Parts: sequence; C-alpha cells; structure tokens
Amino acid sequence: MTRFAAIAGIGQTEFSKNSGRSELQLAAEASKAALEDAGIDPADVDGMITFTLDPSDEIGLSRCLGVKDLGYTTRIPGGGAASVATIYQAMAAVTSGVADVVLVWRAMNERSAYRFGQPMVPPSGGVVNVAGNGTGSLLWCMPFGAQTPASWEALAAQHYMETFGVSNRDLGYVSVTQRKHAATNPLAWFHGKPITLEEHQQSRWIVEPVLRLLDCCQESDGGVAVVVTSLERARDLRQRPVRIVSAAQSIPAEVEVISNYYHADLTLMPEAHGVARRLYARSGLTPKDMQLAMLYDAFTPQVFRQLEAFGFCKRGEAKDFVKGGNIELGGSLPVNTNGGLIGEAYIHGMNNITEAVRQLRGTACNQVQNLSNALVSCGMGGAILSNA
Amino acid sequence: MSSGETPPVQATRPDPVYTPDAAFFWEGAARGELLGQRCADCKRLVHPPRPMCPSCHSVKREIVKLSGRGSVYSWIIPRHPPAVGFAEAPLVVLVELEEGIRLVSNLVEVSPAAVHAGLALEVLFAPTRGGRAVPVFRPRKGGAHD
Repeated sequence: MTRFAAIAGIGQTEFSKNSGRSELQLAAEASKAALEDAGIDPADVDGMITFTLDPSDEIGLSRCLGVKDLGYTTRIPGGGAASVATIYQAMAAVTSGVADVVLVWRAMNERSAYRFGQPMVPPSGGVVNVAGNGTGSLLWCMPFGAQTPASWEALAAQHYMETFGVSNRDLGYVSVTQRKHAATNPLAWFHGKPITLEEHQQSRWIVEPVLRLLDCCQESDGGVAVVVTSLERARDLRQRPVRIVSAAQSIPAEVEVISNYYHADLTLMPEAHGVARRLYARSGLTPKDMQLAMLYDAFTPQVFRQLEAFGFCKRGEAKDFVKGGNIELGGSLPVNTNGGLIGEAYIHGMNNITEAVRQLRGTACNQVQNLSNALVSCGMGGAILSNA
Repeated sequence: MSSGETPPVQATRPDPVYTPDAAFFWEGAARGELLGQRCADCKRLVHPPRPMCPSCHSVKREIVKLSGRGSVYSWIIPRHPPAVGFAEAPLVVLVELEEGIRLVSNLVEVSPAAVHAGLALEVLFAPTRGGRAVPVFRPRKGGAHD
C-alpha cells in the first residue's frame, strides 16, 4: 500500500468555441498530452476516471491510447461538482493499490455541439437542458421557466444575497479579478481582455437580480486530462510531483447539485462545508496554510459561498474579503490565477485543477510566490495539493 | 362565436414530466390540488417525492393535501435566454410552504418591485400546453408577511 498519491502529468487541448473535432478526439489528445507530460507510455494506463456526464466512453478512449489492460474505472455524478472528486478517487485507487497509473479526463464541445446555457426542445416536446445531472431534480424547475444552470444557481444565491446584503455590483469584483488574471494568461480565451466594474454592471442581465453575463462562466470546447500515480513513482517521472495531501467528497443530506433548494440554510453550501471539514481534518492543515485557492466559478456567487465554507473569511463577509483585493494575485489568498472558468475556459472545473498543478510546479504564467499548498474545490469535492 | 367573445388562449407553459414517483403531485395539480408525500409510518413530509422515507426507510406513502399557504424564500427572473414556453419572463420563486417543505414555482399577480423574502403567498394553478397544470403562487390576500 502506498502512502501518498501525486499528480504526475497534466495535458489539454486548446480552448475554443469550435474545436472542429469530436469529443473523443479532444479526450484522446488531452490524455496523450498529459501522459507525455508525465513521461508515461499510454499503454500503461490501468485506471480511468471521469464524470458521469462525459460523453467519451472508457473503452473508446482506451482504443485510441492503446491501453494494454484497463483495470479500474469509475465515474462521478454531480455535473461539474465531480471535477476535483476525480482527483480524490484517483488518489484512492492509487493508494489502495488497485491502479498504478490513473488517467482522469473531461472533454466536451460544450459550445459548438450543445450549450449548457441554452434549453432545448427535443422532438418529443417539452424542454430539456443537457447540463442536467440525471437525477431528475431539474424536472421540478423546467416547467416554471428555470431552465438553465444560471437560473438554478441564482434561485439559491438570491437568498444568500438578500440575507447578507450582497448586491450584483459586489459580485462584480470577482468577475473583474478573474478577468484580470485571464488577461495575462496566454491560454485563456480572454487573454488580453480585462474588464472594469462598469463593464460588468453594463453587461446584460442573465438572471435578474443575481447574474449578469459577466458573472457567468464561458461555454467552451476543449479537453483536459490529469495523470495520477504514487508519489514514489511520480518522483522518477518528468515533472516535479504535486502531492495530493488530502482529498474528499461531501454530499450532505438533502443537498443536490445546483438546484440545491431543499436543505436547511441556503446561505451556505453544505457540500463545501463538508468537504472543508474532511480536507482539514485529513491533512491537519488550516485555511491559513493555503496560499492559493482554485474555487469552482461557474457563477460568481459560488465563489463567495466557497470562500466562506473553506474558512477563508467569516460567513456573510465574502463581499468585504473580495472588495479588499484579497483574491487578487498579490493578495492574501489569490483565487483562480488562470482566470477560472469565467476567464480561462469552462472545462467543467478541470482547468482549475491544472492551474493549481502549474502553480505548485512553479510554471504558472501568473505565478504565486512562496507557494506550498493549494486548495482546489468543486463544491461537492475538493483537494489540498502541495509541492512540499 | 359572437363578436364580444375572445377566443380561448392556448397555454404555452411546458408540461411537467410525470415520473412514477412524482405523478401524484402533477395529477393533483391538474385537479387543482397541492399535494405532498408523507411517510405512512413516521409521518415525515418530503419534497421532492421519492420512493423511500429517508428517516424510517418505509416505502409506504400517504398523499396529503397541503394548505397552499407559504412564503417567498427566494426569487429570480430569468432574462436570457428567454425561458421556453413563456411569452414574458417568468418570476421564478422558491416557496417555503407552511408545512415546512420548499418547492420551486412561479409568482403571479405581483410586480417584481413588491417581492421580498417572507412575502405571504397562496397557491393557484396554471395550465400547461399539453392540458396539464402546475401550482403557482400569488400574494396572499390579508397576509402581508410570514
């Protein structure tokens, strides 16, 4: 049995609005890149992990990579709330000894082939959204005109905002910061394109009174892959290992993905609080030990509630924390230094994991100084990664 | 048709999806009743409906009529893209019913400026394009806040 697992390789395709190729090809290219980054022969992959929502089949991808003998597979529910949970489960597979080389991927044409932001009318009638997490809970929203992830998130976030006196303008500080980070990231869709708070305030309403266009993540085509091995093996490979110090999932009672309306107190995300508890307990670390946070930013209010859940500021005080410049590069806790899902691309949370890896390797374009530990969150999953 | 009559308006709201465990709710709405699922053994009320009680694990359920009274817990207006099946942007609400469960619905007969958390509501029913119905809510007459 192995004590620790590490991220040994990362890879990705370009991020675009039209990849011009299949999602399976994006998955294969990102996977090949991650395995090359690690210095591992694709034939030697023996574990594969992705989201229940990912359209590429394990066997189809193995057939592209020439995998000799796949020995472990799993998929994780929750839409994008699966992203960091893939790292958790890869760690579990490696440390328990059931797999030595675990490939995690997510690849989608979520701009050119279909769009999470657009409801669709199927031939049978009715209305559906492909972002649906398959649990059926969204059936309670669709007939009432809440038909997109933005509306599902906003219906919960509005309660947080009204309770703590947070305005849409307050949310804009997150958008501006993330676009500032993206502006100096050559891989970001919005490279060279920062925004001002005034531009945020002038962007169109997506869901009144909560979300403007610039509060929302992109829709993107692209693929991202991550390779996890034991820390010992990673030390012999091509890159500086990024150790998975602790990782967790948490889906508390009555919690749902995004249409998360039925638990006791909608001013918080119980799933993020649960992940925080487990991450800190399992690692012995505290919020003060983190020098970087990659927080799932499909929508700006989620960043506020995650900052509070992970103990970076008190409940209800995220707006002051953000306004004070704390989440900027150079601030007390840089957040989403790649620009996040808002500024870089929306690969369902995976591109926020790769940024944490680059930061810990010391190869990030917006490099945080004196970095030892990074917290990566997707709400229902999280990890603390370290180069120490 | 005489010259004073207006033709019936075809409802455009999307139909709810009748899954096996939720069918009772929508059938009730079609009859003008707001119904809830209660465990036949421990009496726990749950929403959304599910095949087993999470408290005592019984699969025996009772269907109960709810009062139709509640209050606004949160609210939004989806603007873009336009909601499918709605001629005007709907006012979507998360209602906290007086029985203690919450459900997603629409607010009608009220302007957005008058909406706030705690606004007292009462249920009514709106038709859907396929001849079904869903519960919606309006401000409760005579009750300002809960």
